[in-house]
Amino acid sequence: MKKQNLKAWLYLLPAAAFLAVFMIYPLIDVVVYSLEEGYNSASQSYFGVGLYNFSYVLRDPYFLQALKNTLILVVITVPVSTTLALLISLALHSVKALKSFFQTVYFLPYVTNTLAVGLVFMILFKKTAYSEGLVNLLIGFFGGPSVDFIDGPYWAKMLVMCIYTVWVVMPFKILILTGALASVNPEYYKAARVDGTPKARIFFRITLPLISPMIFYLVITGFIGAFKAYSDAVALFGVDLNAAGMNTIVGYVYDMLYGNSGGYPSYASAAALVLFAIVFTITCVNLLIRRKNVVN
Amino acid sequence: MKIVLDHLTKRFPNRNRKIREDVVAVDDFTVEIPDGCLIGLLGPSGCGKSTILNLVSGLEEPTSGRIFFEDRDVTNLPPEKRGVGLVFQNYALYPHLTALENIMFPLGNLRGDERLPKDEMHARAVEAAKLVQIDGLLDRRPSEMSGGQQQRVAIARALVKKPGVLLLDEPLSNLDARLRLATREEIRRIQRETKITTVFVTHDQEEAMSISDLIVVMKDGRLHQIAKPQAVYDDPVNLFVAKFLGTPPINVFSGTVKAGKLLIGSEPVLDVPGVGDGEVTVGVRPEGFEPVTEGGPSSAKKGGWIPAEGLSFACALDRVEVMGRDTSIVFAHPTLDGAFGRAIVDAEEAAGLEPGTVRFALRPSKTRLFDPKTGDRIHIAGSAEA
Repeated sequence: MKKQNLKAWLYLLPAAAFLAVFMIYPLIDVVVYSLEEGYNSASQSYFGVGLYNFSYVLRDPYFLQALKNTLILVVITVPVSTTLALLISLALHSVKALKSFFQTVYFLPYVTNTLAVGLVFMILFKKTAYSEGLVNLLIGFFGGPSVDFIDGPYWAKMLVMCIYTVWVVMPFKILILTGALASVNPEYYKAARVDGTPKARIFFRITLPLISPMIFYLVITGFIGAFKAYSDAVALFGVDLNAAGMNTIVGYVYDMLYGNSGGYPSYASAAALVLFAIVFTITCVNLLIRRKNVVN
Repeated sequence: MKIVLDHLTKRFPNRNRKIREDVVAVDDFTVEIPDGCLIGLLGPSGCGKSTILNLVSGLEEPTSGRIFFEDRDVTNLPPEKRGVGLVFQNYALYPHLTALENIMFPLGNLRGDERLPKDEMHARAVEAAKLVQIDGLLDRRPSEMSGGQQQRVAIARALVKKPGVLLLDEPLSNLDARLRLATREEIRRIQRETKITTVFVTHDQEEAMSISDLIVVMKDGRLHQIAKPQAVYDDPVNLFVAKFLGTPPINVFSGTVKAGKLLIGSEPVLDVPGVGDGEVTVGVRPEGFEPVTEGGPSSAKKGGWIPAEGLSFACALDRVEVMGRDTSIVFAHPTLDGAFGRAIVDAEEAAGLEPGTVRFALRPSKTRLFDPKTGDRIHIAGSAEA
């Protein structure tokens, strides 16, 4: 038994060593950095140990803006994208003609490069010297005033950001949900039909509970994914997100590490830990709700 | 409720799109099921049994033909308007609901005037649960119940709306052998108590024989025979029915009829008055063999039947298998269909038998003749078949 244990550890060693060096050590290091006040990466020196970095970050208007942006993004895009994905999956599940064609179409954004998608959104929303952007042309057609979605008011930029995020995350959700719907035993629907179950009742009492584990999986990963948003904002608004007022928490961390103000790993670490605390709390709450509502 | 299927036909488009011809699952099926009967719908896999069940329940629409419940034409009615309860092969219990919630589910579908108050629904569900004797397990989920218990919940769910017809699709196939015996008695009891017309599908002839009032034997979507279990066994309409029922199966020889005598090989074995000369297929039930020793038939003392002098044929005895009450003699014969045949005799009759040759006389009541080409039954005149 003991010998076998030793062998098992030996087999695990390469992966364990890799994880220790590239995952666990940096994780610990982030905590250490976040507590070192006035850390200088050039001289590798610091003044003292304390929570000053956290208090700085939490008072930094750029961080607060990034936090607000991220929270709005999360609160809007997770429910919207999950609901939309569920509706589209239901439609995909019930169409017969051209089923695989539609499935491919809805999956395309998943395999498309983020920046290419950004370009498409530019064409749709950006005002240039030559064009108002497709959406503004439409608004103009219906007699509305033109809006600058990329460099204009905050709500317009946030709207574009939300639409973009929903659009990007949806294919994966549709893929998972169509799979979940297809895996529901058709006998349940037959049994429901024999009993004359109304369509809405079939959906809410049979389909939804049976695919609820998948929905919860999508909500949890959706929350985590939305909190980690960064590249989408870059694709739409360029690298100077603070100037655009569209920074996200991850963007803030990145700026603190490498941005033109560059070189504050302690602040970056503190911001990253704040993000971790938020995501961790929300995931725990999700799991608690899940335990109450989802059947396995 | 009486069920009448009138020239029912169901075709499905072929799955292989290159084949244009439809698959005929049910072919011109006409049968009348009397009120309050327990019917065993019996046939080999893929013969259209389940399709019949789906047509009766309304889950599928027939290509042609009509379905009547009593005098009511239900052919075009959706399932919920027909008043049928259907129990699926794997029960199809909703896994996220408790037994009670599963049983109440059909009641929750009622709308408008039909809708029952909550406590009435609960009372009805408990009543159904009591009928199938699972009222102690009502707060369990399906995953916390055994196969037999799930089966009962499924039956209770089918019965809770008090349907006129109960349909069971292979109700025992997911249960182990011991539970199967108990459950089939249970189905019989529930049917007797509710007096509900019940159709159950099975490919297991023993299951069908043991509990059915009537057996419907079908093959390739066609009805072959509908009769009481014993009648189907004793008086099969054709070779397929004869072969399908009975364990061990019927022994099939090819024989000839010459001048009112049946010959197997070159030996006369039976008087068959009224049968024309020519080739015939002979089916003999295992219990229809009587070993004949030099000193005359061995069992003359106890049975009412005494084999006629000189009517017997020789078989190669392979081995004798003792099964306690009976003994089965495994034998070979050149005209036999299959390598070995099996005769079941009383233990004492087989006592003196040794590997080598054994002579059998045939009981007329257990010997049936069939047309070698069509497989149809050839009746023997007079009381010779009795």
